[in-house]
Amino acid sequence: MDLLAKLATISDRHMRMKALGGDAVGVVNEKLISPTRALIDGRETILAGTNNYMGITFDAECIAAGQKALAEFGTGTTGSRIANGSFSLHRELELEFATFLDRKHCIVFTTGYQANLGMMSGLAGARDTIYLDADSHSSIYDGCTLSGAKLVRFRHNDAADLDKRLARGEADEGGKLVVLEGIYSMMGDRAPLADFVEVKKKHGFQLLVDEAHSFGVLGPHGRGLADEAGLEKEVDFVVGTFSKSVGAIGGFGAGDHPYFEYLRYAMRPYMFTASSSPASIATSLAAIRKLAAEPQRRKKLAENSARLFHGFKDLGLELGCDVVSPVVAVRCPDEPSTIAMWGALLKAGVYVNIALPPGTPNKLCLLRCSVSAAHSDAEIDRIIELFGAVVAQGHGKKVANG
Amino acid sequence: MTDTVSQLCKLLEPFNTNGTVLSAATDISTDLNIDSVTVMDFVMEVEDHFDIEIPLNVLSETRTVADLAKVVEARTKKG
Ligand SMILES: Cc1ncc(COP(=O)(O)O)c(C=O)c1O
Repeated sequence: MDLLAKLATISDRHMRMKALGGDAVGVVNEKLISPTRALIDGRETILAGTNNYMGITFDAECIAAGQKALAEFGTGTTGSRIANGSFSLHRELELEFATFLDRKHCIVFTTGYQANLGMMSGLAGARDTIYLDADSHSSIYDGCTLSGAKLVRFRHNDAADLDKRLARGEADEGGKLVVLEGIYSMMGDRAPLADFVEVKKKHGFQLLVDEAHSFGVLGPHGRGLADEAGLEKEVDFVVGTFSKSVGAIGGFGAGDHPYFEYLRYAMRPYMFTASSSPASIATSLAAIRKLAAEPQRRKKLAENSARLFHGFKDLGLELGCDVVSPVVAVRCPDEPSTIAMWGALLKAGVYVNIALPPGTPNKLCLLRCSVSAAHSDAEIDRIIELFGAVVAQGHGKKVANG
Repeated sequence: MTDTVSQLCKLLEPFNTNGTVLSAATDISTDLNIDSVTVMDFVMEVEDHFDIEIPLNVLSETRTVADLAKVVEARTKKG
């Protein structure tokens, strides 16, 4: 039996997609013009699906810091953090992140995906239970599986549902970890943290929040949802990534627990992989300093997010959530029309993410936009105009049916 | 059909979009052509209907309605 025979259904789906609207999962940026523009299929395109929230990827100081590190520390670390792969830069970044986050300890990972794999599997083991939100990111699901813990899924953003499930497991021995996200990556909604903190007071678990999409974005200090909600003391562990607001690649886990540093020797996704490259660490370090020194980036992102949100609302589009968020998802009728509209938008000059089941909650088909502080008002208005022409006019439906 | 199996078939009906005739032998994922997330959503309904906990870990060995019925019966007795 051919091992790859099971990929036939994926192949069929991919062919159908290409025929309907283009290869939405194989887009190539031929040239980056700015944080918000690239050349795709030879056309200058507005990027509205990059997670580049702070628009920091072409910042002159970040680039200079990366170039300096490349020259001084070389192209790669060629080893694990627990062997030859810890450079002074990694330690400097961990200390700087801990300070930024107002946490005692911070551990840097090679990607955000690995940060979740590492933290879930380091914190929870076979005797423990992880309660995870139904809409959790795949890296959380995969980390949970790696941990070997008992896994209980609760209804999305539903603290009462978590309460009920915790009650069912009351007799369990072992630790309990609850995992939430600051901003959910697909729908853009936030966890109702205060409600979950009430449940925490009742049941006494340890709480981890993945601030991947909210770090740099929310809160008076840009530390994320817990910062915005004034509930950081109730959150035991924070996870985040450098691949969004920080504009690099890497991830982090942070906390105040006295044993936190020993997680380094208990997390396989931290131990058995090479550490982030010097250039990536150095640009992250420069970026975090910028985020601390330039709160106006956060303000600009909030303004841009509101502009896109209200523009879409005025078009009558159905959105992923009813609050202003840098993740603005547009609900579409079905898979063929979503693919067709995605292709029409790209041809007209705007790139957005396509999100289809099972990558979305409740079988939704989404055109997902993410807003950047670097978007100009004119770019936001052009995105709204094109969604008006392509999505609000039902262009996709016509293509799909005709 | 045991009582548990018939209750599970009833809970499964909203997820049955291709008109499969549901029975103990129905393979929840392949016969109904539903993805892994939808299977988890269905199991959540089962958990709440019987007021039991079905950890995700047991799902890898639960393919058919009969398999799931066994899990449900073992867990309702416990509680
Ligand atoms: C919620 C969430 N957590 C973790 C990650 C993983 O981050 P990274 O891209 O650094 O692997 C992502 C993004 O992909 C995410 O959306």
